[in-house]
Amino acid sequence: MDQKRSSLNLFEDIDLNYKATELRLGLPGTDDEPEIKTNLSGNKRSSSEMESSTCTDENESRSAPPTKEQVVGWPPVRSYRRNIVQNGKTKTTSSSEMGSGMYVKVSMDGAPYLRKVDLKMYTSYGELMEGLQKMFKCIIGLYSEREGYNGSQHAPTYEDKDGDWMLVGDVPWEMFIGSCKRLRIMKASEARGLDDHSQ
Amino acid sequence: MVNSFPEEVLEHVFSFITLDKDRNAVSLVCKSWYEIERWCRRRIFVGNCYAVSPGIVIRRFPEVRSVELKGKPHFADFNLVPEGWGGYACSWITEMSRAYPWLEEIRLKRMVVTDESLELISTCFKNFKVLVLSSCEGFSTDGLTDIAANCRNLRKLDLRESEVMDLSGHWLSHFPNTCTSLESLNIACLGSEVSFSALERLVARSPNLKTLRLNRAVPLEKLSTLLRQAPQLVQLGTGAYSSGIRSDVYLGLSKAFSGCKALKGLSGFWDVDPSYLPAFYSVCSRLTSLNLSYATIRSPDITKVIGRCPNLQRLWVMDHVEDSGLNAVAFSCKDLRELRVFPSDPFVADANVTLTERGLVSVSEGCPKLQSVLYFCRQMSNSALITIARNRPNLICFRLCIIEPRAPDYLTLEPLDVGFGAIVEHCKELRRLSLSGLLTDRVFEYIGRHAKRLEMLSIAFAGNSDLGLHHVLSGCDGLRKLEIRDCPFGDKALLANVAKLETMRSLWMSSCAVSFGACKFLSRKMPMLNVEVIDENGTLDSRLDSCPVEKLYIYRTVAGPRSDMPAYIRTMDQCRVNTIS
Repeated sequence: MDQKRSSLNLFEDIDLNYKATELRLGLPGTDDEPEIKTNLSGNKRSSSEMESSTCTDENESRSAPPTKEQVVGWPPVRSYRRNIVQNGKTKTTSSSEMGSGMYVKVSMDGAPYLRKVDLKMYTSYGELMEGLQKMFKCIIGLYSEREGYNGSQHAPTYEDKDGDWMLVGDVPWEMFIGSCKRLRIMKASEARGLDDHSQ
Repeated sequence: MVNSFPEEVLEHVFSFITLDKDRNAVSLVCKSWYEIERWCRRRIFVGNCYAVSPGIVIRRFPEVRSVELKGKPHFADFNLVPEGWGGYACSWITEMSRAYPWLEEIRLKRMVVTDESLELISTCFKNFKVLVLSSCEGFSTDGLTDIAANCRNLRKLDLRESEVMDLSGHWLSHFPNTCTSLESLNIACLGSEVSFSALERLVARSPNLKTLRLNRAVPLEKLSTLLRQAPQLVQLGTGAYSSGIRSDVYLGLSKAFSGCKALKGLSGFWDVDPSYLPAFYSVCSRLTSLNLSYATIRSPDITKVIGRCPNLQRLWVMDHVEDSGLNAVAFSCKDLRELRVFPSDPFVADANVTLTERGLVSVSEGCPKLQSVLYFCRQMSNSALITIARNRPNLICFRLCIIEPRAPDYLTLEPLDVGFGAIVEHCKELRRLSLSGLLTDRVFEYIGRHAKRLEMLSIAFAGNSDLGLHHVLSGCDGLRKLEIRDCPFGDKALLANVAKLETMRSLWMSSCAVSFGACKFLSRKMPMLNVEVIDENGTLDSRLDSCPVEKLYIYRTVAGPRSDMPAYIRTMDQCRVNTIS
């Protein structure tokens, strides 16, 4: 055990019957608590590492570093903050449906047969567009709130829970995958009718 | 020359002097200025409610309109101060109810407030306008009922982070229909549901309402209703921020937010459903303050929001923001002044989020106005701290909490002395510092040498010997509050710096090595200090002088020892009496 005495030269004028605390420097997880001569027996509230050493030299109590729960008030987080994540964990943060895969039919005007895509494979509209473009070898392009998919040959649409056909991209992604029942890639000429953006 | 101005002129001149510091200086010029000043001081701040008695304050300042008091030591926030410690507002409120009938504002922090006191406030102060109860406890919604019902000109009711005995939400319905003066309402800490129709009517008839912080129980579907009634809001705290998948709720909310052209600050966001976040995108560009510290959302969602907020000055988040989110902050938020990152899972050893020192370094590089930091993380290095210090010499507040006590520099396994040393050396205006990680006496040498403007220092699991504490007490000229836990600091440093203790507001030491004997000596030598020893084992009377005290709270006072201590706290002159008899 390495021991290091603290230098007390500064305090020679203090006339007290005082015994210096001793501290060994070491890495956390090793026995680095100082010895304190104390009459305290186990204290229910302040269970900090320093007080785990007693006059009776019970080294066993110092061998294992305490788990965080044993140290009162550490880390310094207010109690109302501690419960947030526990509560958060019981709720799903994503609004997508549970279960394996969310397959929806995709049709493209002029294509001979339909395909199916798993919406859960994507995390954004951009990824979905890429996937559709690869699948149907077409170019859909970028969505803009005002213009829709103007400037491209195709416009992606979807049928929502209410049976209405909507332009893909208007609502947030999570809301979209929660309400999308099927996809249809329309020809741009036919999609003009869907352009109902009130300026 | 000084006496040639009539009183009225001097009083008028003094009315432009608002800072307490300046007012105190004015009162020291001469006797007549002291007299004039004390009659026209309207606002008092008492940083430690036991430093002075209500009677002394009232005698000196007879015409006060606004009072601010603080009670328990800061470490009470982390359960280090036992129940029943004190901080009772009752005697203050009772005496003020007699002496200050025209009192308008009461602000209390970490104090115990009773329903009786709230009733007294509501009935005795005819022009009462502002009640702020910050981290207070001891009262119930019954007390709030009296405030709501009786304060005819109430402008501000702010219960921030108080612990309220929540009997029901009916109290809010007691605001009379004639009450239209409300400017600020913060009920975020309340658990139970308030009557929504009463809340809606209150909001609708309060044209000056600028701040509204709802509690979690206010459902998201109702939020747009409130926003439509109060498009003039500047600060909003939402309730729970999820509602299943309802595009009608989303669209209503989105439209309501876009109508709030004055909104600058957002908070709340409990139980966040990320799909509803875009509903407030329309206000993001104007936001200066964003508190997402209750929102358990992932970094990509946070990053999307942050990228839209170029004018953010204050950001509070959880560590879900991760380094990547902080990179986005560094890129987008060039006006950022304050960053707080809270831990989502403080009690597990390994993080499940990638938040490291790199995030903080990134923000320190990208945000030139960054002044105030509170950062919880699991690893830190000296080189990161040095980089941060060099990047941001304008830091005023730096509070770093490395979650594992005594964690060394994770790259070199050395203590973090040099890193924190760089912080105090470069940041010459640093006023508040919280240390963590593996630290030797050396870091305190740096602090004592450089941190001349430091006012508040928090130390935990650090240092080797009394030399460390001595460096701080002898070197930090501006030190006002010092709080220490689990450090090997004993008697020597305290007794070598007794005079220093009278220049500070307070000193807290728990689980250190200060002995009973030293406390008695200190108490004898310094009558202007209350040296309070806390020992919950109930063995205060039988302690030997050489035994270390459990917890120690020393503060300067002109009021003498307090009379409301529980049995497990003694001032040391009491102990002296016990041992003699």
